[in-house]
Amino acid sequence: MSSPSHAAGHASARPTPPPDRIRVVVATDCGSTTTKAILIQQQPDGSYRQTHRGEAPTTVEEPFADVTIGVSNSVTELQELSGRRLVDDDGCIIRRTSPDDPNGCDIYISTSSAGGGLQMMVAGVVKQMTAESAKRAALGAGAIVMDTIAANDQRKPHEQIQRIRELRPDMVLISGGTDGGDSKKVVELAELIAPAKPRPRFGSEYRLPIIFAGNKEAAPAVRRVFDGPGFDLAVVDNLRPVLERENLGPAREKIHDVFLEHVMAHAPGYDKLIAWTDAPIMPTPGAVGDILQEIARQRGINAVGVDIGGATTDVFSVFDHAGSPVFNRTVSANLGMSYSISNVCAEAGMANVLRWVHLDMDERELRNRVKNKMIRPTTIPQTREALVFEQAVAREALRLAYVQHKDFATTLKGVQQQRTVGDAFSQQEAGRTIVDNMKLDLLVASGGVLSHAPRMEQTAAMLVDSFEPEGFTELAKDSIFMMPHLGVLASVHSKAAMEVFERDCLILLGTSIAAKGTGKLGKACFSYSISGGGLSERGTMAYGEVKLLRLAAGQTARAEITPERGFDVGAGPGKPISREVRGGTVGLVLDARGRPLSLPEDPQQRRATIARWVKALELYPD
Amino acid sequence: MAKAYTPGLKVSARTRHRARRLLPVPGEVRVKQGDRVSADTVVAETFTEGDLTPMKLASLLGCTPKELPSLMLKPVGAAVTKDEPIARSKGIFGFGKVEVKAAATGVLESVSDSSGMAIIRGEKLPIRVLAYMPGQVVEVLPAEGVVIENDASLVQGIFGVGGETFGTIALACKSRDEELHEDLITPAMKGAVIVGGARMTATAVRRARDVGAAAVVSGGMDDQDLRDFLGYDLGVAITGSEKTGLTVVITEGFGEISMARRTFALLAAHAGRPASVNGATQIRAGVMRPELVVPLDGLDPSKLSGLEAAKDSGHESGVLEVGTLVRVIRDPHFGVIGTVAALPEQPAVLGSGSKARVLEVAVENAGRITVPRANVELIEG
Repeated sequence: MSSPSHAAGHASARPTPPPDRIRVVVATDCGSTTTKAILIQQQPDGSYRQTHRGEAPTTVEEPFADVTIGVSNSVTELQELSGRRLVDDDGCIIRRTSPDDPNGCDIYISTSSAGGGLQMMVAGVVKQMTAESAKRAALGAGAIVMDTIAANDQRKPHEQIQRIRELRPDMVLISGGTDGGDSKKVVELAELIAPAKPRPRFGSEYRLPIIFAGNKEAAPAVRRVFDGPGFDLAVVDNLRPVLERENLGPAREKIHDVFLEHVMAHAPGYDKLIAWTDAPIMPTPGAVGDILQEIARQRGINAVGVDIGGATTDVFSVFDHAGSPVFNRTVSANLGMSYSISNVCAEAGMANVLRWVHLDMDERELRNRVKNKMIRPTTIPQTREALVFEQAVAREALRLAYVQHKDFATTLKGVQQQRTVGDAFSQQEAGRTIVDNMKLDLLVASGGVLSHAPRMEQTAAMLVDSFEPEGFTELAKDSIFMMPHLGVLASVHSKAAMEVFERDCLILLGTSIAAKGTGKLGKACFSYSISGGGLSERGTMAYGEVKLLRLAAGQTARAEITPERGFDVGAGPGKPISREVRGGTVGLVLDARGRPLSLPEDPQQRRATIARWVKALELYPD
Repeated sequence: MAKAYTPGLKVSARTRHRARRLLPVPGEVRVKQGDRVSADTVVAETFTEGDLTPMKLASLLGCTPKELPSLMLKPVGAAVTKDEPIARSKGIFGFGKVEVKAAATGVLESVSDSSGMAIIRGEKLPIRVLAYMPGQVVEVLPAEGVVIENDASLVQGIFGVGGETFGTIALACKSRDEELHEDLITPAMKGAVIVGGARMTATAVRRARDVGAAAVVSGGMDDQDLRDFLGYDLGVAITGSEKTGLTVVITEGFGEISMARRTFALLAAHAGRPASVNGATQIRAGVMRPELVVPLDGLDPSKLSGLEAAKDSGHESGVLEVGTLVRVIRDPHFGVIGTVAALPEQPAVLGSGSKARVLEVAVENAGRITVPRANVELIEG
């Protein structure tokens, strides 16, 4: 369906040096509030390592209104920490003049989500088909999709027009119709959007970029519709040329181009930043998606990444489907831990949040606390009780974000399936999710509540409880939110990006071994025998039980798991499996709580169950 | 001396307050530089393009999009009235002609021979910007709006709902820690900005709305009560457009919390004076806090003398240093007010197990407490 949206071919002011001449890399990520810089250096053995990190406030807003000031400040911190001169007297980033030059870097690259990131409106004829493909293209390119307009989205045309008028997108992506198919509907869509004149964020001087990626035969009519002042139309290949196939690459590439040439060019100081960089600036989430795709491709695995922030939660996945990797990204706009914490509680329901809590808490007081966190989002939990509650909220935010992701990451909808009589017994409809937890190999966590949890066990538990991985799944976290930097590095030096990703970016927490299925509490679920890495453990896990076995980072062990009938750990129901497992800062989590994971209805019983799990996983030791 | 920076809410007895009053789209400014305006003066006005009404004419007529232009009874650009015939099919041998009537009044903006759709644009819609705050027009931004200035007392709240309004301050509570109950609200408070003390109850807020008050301001409120008042659970703190008929501002936070001493004293000193209130709150991307502005026109200066003295504490704005007045904004000490007693350099391990930089706060009659630096805010003058 798609491939990594490498930025090759995009315009940037400086030519990118060939990979063999890249030994020192400076990379920044200009976030909404902080600009983070990292230094990557080639080691004497030829490998690449991240060596230093600096950060400074982002400076896109007044009184500075120049993003490069924050970049200079963050790189100056790198300079001070590394002892290597990286910033000249004018604040510009220094390039090395020769391989022996002790100062400067070989390339400087950057991502950006400053100023709220890339905000788009997408439109398609049929909500579940072209509109959904358009949404996938925009999300995959790293955009926030403000709304999706479709001919059949249940809104009346005047309501759609009203909505378009209210939005202030950076650009609009329009799709619709297969090549050679009906043109009328997609032209109609364009005719709704043009007179509604969506107002861009950057003021009336800004010509709103419109990307048309629909039926190629409708392109001339669409051109006529947008042939006026205020619009800048680009036509690219249809993102759904036939019903059975998505072709998201050209639309994504064009989104990146437009992001750089139009959106970035209007953000304060970005014209300078574009001239500084040796590769095109990428939207931060787009870069994270690229590095995840790169690791999945190189290791031949299925992976899910999550980034939970204060306002939003991004979920990225790469799953093999019909022999090729399929990438998906979703942004759950109002699931987050500070600005959106109240929305998590509203969407999940307070009862669902509190089911993860093993302590006595007063609901009225908790509701007030949630609102107080929402209005004062920078506060941190001081007490254990506050931490337990916050991590309970995080479980629900992650769970809901993953549900949304699974609903979105599906096989193509609207595809006609030819069925035989045999298929009648195993009907697999189009539009089913391709996210399969049993096939998930790696689950990567990032974002404050996961990255900064006081104990790694807490991070692992939040991941397992909310994502419910099945079979064998490695759990990891992004040490210092370096994935954006590595995503853009991957576009110019894949090897360096991968080496840093494996050695410095990922902190392996361990491996989750979980049985799929449900049973009776206390009855046998699976037996295990684990040897190696200092472990020699065997026993039986009862249904409803969870256990932590310490297996240190860098250690491996052989795990032989024999599930009871009705339970599956990867080889099929009741079938034994033997695999090598990797340890980590947490170790091995043997999980016999069943999938789907359910909790007792009775509050007393539920609290006692959670307390047992908390103890078994050593989450909040005294 | 150790210093750190932290955000705070402004509570000021006297400040030169400026209000930028801008149109969302270019238009006409109705006042001149130097004009004195009252809160309800229209300072700028414009018209937005009218609503669009699309009509699938080709489908309605049973023709192809290409045939449509020849079947139109009205040309593009013509004024049309609702239910006026605008297109007619040819029928078969002149029989069975279908006539389509305009779905709205306006101008026929376009007729597409690609999609068969016609669009009628309705009459222009007026947008008016009021002065909101009495004062003097000190700057005219041509076609955009004006800047109005006045000496005023300013109280920023922490959270509010409802938009801009104005009225006379009516003090309902006798002290900053008295809860605002419905029996304290009287019909005489119609059009007023009601000032409470500590938590305001749901029934008090409803009563304020029922008597026709403009706004109600108090120290705290229960989330459950806010939910009952709004009729839904507020997910994200972007407010100001609620149509609740009453602007509500809380000055300290959610729960049982008293209004800060200085805030209450300031508002009490202004009882009976006109105030402008805006509940609009936005926590993300350009923080906007609700506000209460009391212009000082014709005020006896002695009324504020005691309050103004408190303002000059000799501390730098936004800086957290020993001696600055702070409010703890997270449990377990939520709402406690005290002065910074120490700013240790080294991070400390909190009860949660996290490591964070902390400070010590000296609390009147309660000794010292240690809290994370992230969990305090300045009380700024």
